[in-house]
Amino acid sequence: MKKISLTIIVFVTVCSVLEAQDKFYTKTGKIFFECTKSPLEKIEATNKSSTCVLDIKTGRLQFAVLMRGFEFQRALMQEHFNENYVESSKFPKSDFKGEISNNNEINYTKDGEYIAKVKGKLQLHGQTQDVDAIGKIIIKQGRVIANARFAILLSDYNIRIPSLVSDKLSNSVNIIIDCNLEPFKD
Amino acid sequence: MSFNLLKMKKNILLVAAFYLVTSSMFAQDDLLKQVEDQGKKKEYADYAFKSSRVIMSHSIELLKPGTMDFRILHRFGNVNDGASEFFGLDHATMRMGFDFGITKNLMLGIGRSTNKKEFDGFLKYRFIRQATGPHSVPFSLLAAVGSTLQTLKWSDPSKDYVFPDRLGYYYQIIIGRKFSDRISLQLSPTLLHRNLAPTVNDPNDLYAIGAGGRLKLSKRISLNLDYYYRFNPNTADGTHNPFSVGFDFETGGHVFQLHFTNAIGMNERIFLTETTNDWAKGDIQFGFNLSRIFQIKKKRLSE
Repeated sequence: MKKISLTIIVFVTVCSVLEAQDKFYTKTGKIFFECTKSPLEKIEATNKSSTCVLDIKTGRLQFAVLMRGFEFQRALMQEHFNENYVESSKFPKSDFKGEISNNNEINYTKDGEYIAKVKGKLQLHGQTQDVDAIGKIIIKQGRVIANARFAILLSDYNIRIPSLVSDKLSNSVNIIIDCNLEPFKD
Repeated sequence: MSFNLLKMKKNILLVAAFYLVTSSMFAQDDLLKQVEDQGKKKEYADYAFKSSRVIMSHSIELLKPGTMDFRILHRFGNVNDGASEFFGLDHATMRMGFDFGITKNLMLGIGRSTNKKEFDGFLKYRFIRQATGPHSVPFSLLAAVGSTLQTLKWSDPSKDYVFPDRLGYYYQIIIGRKFSDRISLQLSPTLLHRNLAPTVNDPNDLYAIGAGGRLKLSKRISLNLDYYYRFNPNTADGTHNPFSVGFDFETGGHVFQLHFTNAIGMNERIFLTETTNDWAKGDIQFGFNLSRIFQIKKKRLSE
């Protein structure tokens, strides 16, 4: 009897360890966005420290990004981004929680490029909206590279553009995601 | 025996149930929570003021490295001169200045005032930066040192003046805190030294303490106060402690600081020693500071 219970413990433990290896993650994911309207003034920024986790078994995909981590070429633009637009002291973090809906079509054990249809909820500036995006999953030597390109509207997230800068700042924001994920061990 | 067996079975069931519950808990749990650091990170409190000046004084904010702040300051005549002087707007003195952000903790600036054709320059350095999280200090501590140089012709050329007589110096510690998104306050103990004091009653070394603060009214507008108390002023010359109150308007590229003040001077030497107007008598002026920030050196965004 003792043996049986021991076997169960070992079996379940092994299972949960195996389960943990189903997850891939990074803490240095790149997120780029631009919302330029006038060619005279480029409005774009990059964040190189976003967190991304992908559970390849279930296809669940999550991102978290600190708004203060976005770097602009112009310091003043960065200040205005934090102070006036995303209000990063009130809403320090943005996150995305979703899944790859066609996860079963992706063979994570074989090198190659796969189309990934991603659906989920994006929280930004305290507002949550549904987001759909077509991304790419690239499997390369045990690593998973996740790329995506999609657009959101600032007005959906309660970020107002003052009329003074409405000729420079576009309401539509193009976002490019580039994450190089590695296996996650507990 | 049968009792023991029953107990064993119960145990097994318990173990299995425990694992089932915990593993399902993990599965439902936030994926992000599993990889994120639980420890809190150090976070700096930025943007305590919209500008590197409260109104007249240095604020606890610095220019970001690679930027230049072109500042045009105007002070008009007394508002109570009335309509014939257009409430003081017919008369103006100005200071033009260029400030530069050198590193994240160091900035410097030069300027020239029409009043006494005076040049001034300063260095401002931040020793402590307010932050939250581990090993952080809840306030900012900076020091500003500056010098002023009058280039006006001596009123009495027969006297034996030397070049150092034209110089003044100030040394300032600025300690301040951003209490909340809306409220920032600071104190600045100051020593002003003049190589040549105008009369024997004027101390060469003047001690003062400045107090400044802001109340943010909206994302782009704040109410600012700026005051100096002088410990050993010349009581005979009819000067007063400088006090300014006004609003900061941020319009994207510019910060406009519109205010009322009794201080015509736009550098530390003038406003501490030559503020002859008195708020109590209504001798105040309208003034504005216009700040335009240029990015001289763009930060490189690596791909």
